[in-house]
Amino acid sequence: MTSPHPILSILGVAIVALSIAAFLIWVERRLLALWQDRYGPNRVGPFGLLQVAADSIKIFMKEDWIPPFVDRPVFILAPAIVFVTVLMSFAVLPVAPGIIVSDLSVGLLFFLAMSSLGVYSVVLAGWSSNNKYALLGGLRAAAQMLSYEVFMGLSLMGVVLLAGTFSLPAIVEAQRTIWFVIPQFPGFVLFLIAGLAETRRIPFDLPEAESELVAGYHSEYSGMKFGMFFVGEYMGVSLISAMISVLFFGGWLGPVLPGVVWFFLKMFSFIAFFVLVRAALPRPRFDQLMSWGWKVMLPLALINLLATGAAVLAWR
Amino acid sequence: MLSILRTIWYVFLHSFQKRITVQYPEQKPYLAPRYRGRIILSRDPDGGERCVACNLCAVACPVGCIALQATEDKNGRRYPEFFRINFSRCIFCGYCEEACPTYAIQLTPDFEIGEFHRKNLVYEKEDLLINGPGKHPGYNFWQIAGVKIGGKDKGEAAHEAAPVDVHTLLP
Repeated sequence: MTSPHPILSILGVAIVALSIAAFLIWVERRLLALWQDRYGPNRVGPFGLLQVAADSIKIFMKEDWIPPFVDRPVFILAPAIVFVTVLMSFAVLPVAPGIIVSDLSVGLLFFLAMSSLGVYSVVLAGWSSNNKYALLGGLRAAAQMLSYEVFMGLSLMGVVLLAGTFSLPAIVEAQRTIWFVIPQFPGFVLFLIAGLAETRRIPFDLPEAESELVAGYHSEYSGMKFGMFFVGEYMGVSLISAMISVLFFGGWLGPVLPGVVWFFLKMFSFIAFFVLVRAALPRPRFDQLMSWGWKVMLPLALINLLATGAAVLAWR
Repeated sequence: MLSILRTIWYVFLHSFQKRITVQYPEQKPYLAPRYRGRIILSRDPDGGERCVACNLCAVACPVGCIALQATEDKNGRRYPEFFRINFSRCIFCGYCEEACPTYAIQLTPDFEIGEFHRKNLVYEKEDLLINGPGKHPGYNFWQIAGVKIGGKDKGEAAHEAAPVDVHTLLP
């Protein structure tokens, strides 16, 4: 299925994912500024675009300090995990017909598995830091991500039922007639919320919660190790946005423009939506978050799954 | 749930609103005429220094950033031998301006006095003196003070009356 050499496509996807994540630092600051009637970084280079370069130079030059009280191997491992799991998920992401690192027949399951593994990074970071705030952040992350993981998977099963496959390119092809956002609107909303929680973005950023927990699980991190969490979060945002566009908005499908352009257009509009949500919403209390997840979202996901299953049974 | 969507929508509407940031180096902010910025020493309309070295500004200064030494010229006019303001200590409170009996020391709407070296923030008299009367045009302390100095006796200035001879007031 893959037309270019596999090594080339792996490198290409990794580089593009990383540069989008770095670029998102600038995008998010500019967009937040726009919605708060400010300008944001607009000094370094045209439109402040070189802010990305300035920030990365700064973060690479920073002292990479490991506190003496931490659990050293785990402390070093934790930021690598978030990075690796998110990059692994990009492997199954179909950008355009044929542009995919590996067209797994269970691509969607692979994506869910990798995003679940990402929890380890946060929990281990919180645990190994030997700091009560970091530990609280890690605990929150574990509880939050595990409970939102449950209905995240369930909300996607409607899509799988309609498409009849776990392979992501096949799911995109199944949306030729109609985007899955229309028959699967509840699934889309559930996945969007779960995706926000999964990437620990602002309405669900309780693991970081800088107003209560210093910086949560990455309180003790500095330099590029902190940068890995940072870039990992942005890659997570772009991954979830890409997944939403692939699963519910027909991925590369669209008139006139080439597929790649459509894909990135859809992806960036969802990234912008993620930033808009961050600009607009406050953080809920932790018990609200948990009861919302288990008592509202999970039953809704189950009902959606049952209804979709019944409809598919009735019409086929 | 609906209120959440409403919030998101209202925040989105901010994309079309005017941004309130002042793009500072290119676009200067409006500063009120009474803005308390860089301190200057002004001159009389006839070009003489207004400062009479009374030391009231130095006393009023809460951070003690003003230093001066009084002396007299050959006409008996008091003036500062040196007048030094350390702007790295100045808090721009304006108490010196309020204390000044001759309107000599004034704060101006200028705040762009950044320096790379701290010692460059110590301004001497020649840095502080300007060639005009500042906020009080037409005010000339020596012409209304009723003080005798060289070249001008009591009551000889424009707005002064000649002193009353007390002996004529005797019953």
